[in-house]
Amino acid sequence: MKKEQDYFRDLAEIRSMMERSSKFMSLSGWAGILAGIYALIGAYFAYGLLNSYGLEDNSYVPGTDKIEEYFPLIALFMLILVLALGTAIFLSHQKAGKRGERAWNTTSKRLLAHMAIPLAAGGLLILILLSKGLIFLAAPISLIFYGIALYNASKFTFEVLKYLGLIQIMLGLAGACFPGYGLLLWAVGFGAFHIAYGTYMHFKYER
Amino acid sequence: MKISIDGLHKAFESRIRLGIMSALVVNDTLDFNSLKDYLDVTDGNLASHLKALEKEEFIEVEKSFIGRKPNTSYAASKLGRKAFNDHLNALEKLIKNIAK
Repeated sequence: MKKEQDYFRDLAEIRSMMERSSKFMSLSGWAGILAGIYALIGAYFAYGLLNSYGLEDNSYVPGTDKIEEYFPLIALFMLILVLALGTAIFLSHQKAGKRGERAWNTTSKRLLAHMAIPLAAGGLLILILLSKGLIFLAAPISLIFYGIALYNASKFTFEVLKYLGLIQIMLGLAGACFPGYGLLLWAVGFGAFHIAYGTYMHFKYER
Repeated sequence: MKISIDGLHKAFESRIRLGIMSALVVNDTLDFNSLKDYLDVTDGNLASHLKALEKEEFIEVEKSFIGRKPNTSYAASKLGRKAFNDHLNALEKLIKNIAK
């Protein structure tokens, strides 16, 4: 017959296995902090670009519908996205290594798949809107779809990601109400809140 | 006798088999390599534990091919889920008795 401490060890093992095999816990807090910093730098450059389009403040008037004119802006955001993703992948890989796991496993694949669909839908919608000159909707819609992606993904990783998702959705909706503040709210969501989230995760789980 | 006196199922006496079932009840299916990663065991060791669970009909095995590579995926059967649940309840009872 088994001893008392065996029962507790069995339960601990069951619990850890259920969590390890259903959630990806190797997301790094630093990835959030760095993504936030990239976003803030990106927003600074985007502000200059947006001024060059001659948009009126706080109005729903469309800009030019020649999508070529938005290419510098699109390139800037692709660069931020690639940098943020690259950093997250690199740091997750390191963190997973320390935990004796592989970063590319069933849980990370599931996490990525659940983020990819809302993100791809949002990205395509933004391109469509840009081709109609509706540039003031680009920032709010990226916030909303990113928020939905995070909310969706939170089931497969740290649950607090859910709240970060909800915040992004609210900031996006606010940006749609006040078009002149779209970029500012974008910088708050993608910049400030990523840094806040990353710092929280780092101090809670990584020290 | 499959169930021992304390109500715990013999099949789950091994912590590896317990780990396999824990992973399978929260995932629809898992392939051999994913299980191996989670459990940190050798191929032969994992295969023999999986065979034992298969013999009890606690897991369902599906063999397929991804390209040319054979791929075996495992899922918890209805019977397996029930047995695992009963095992958890038994553990809970035992621990409650200790606490008293």
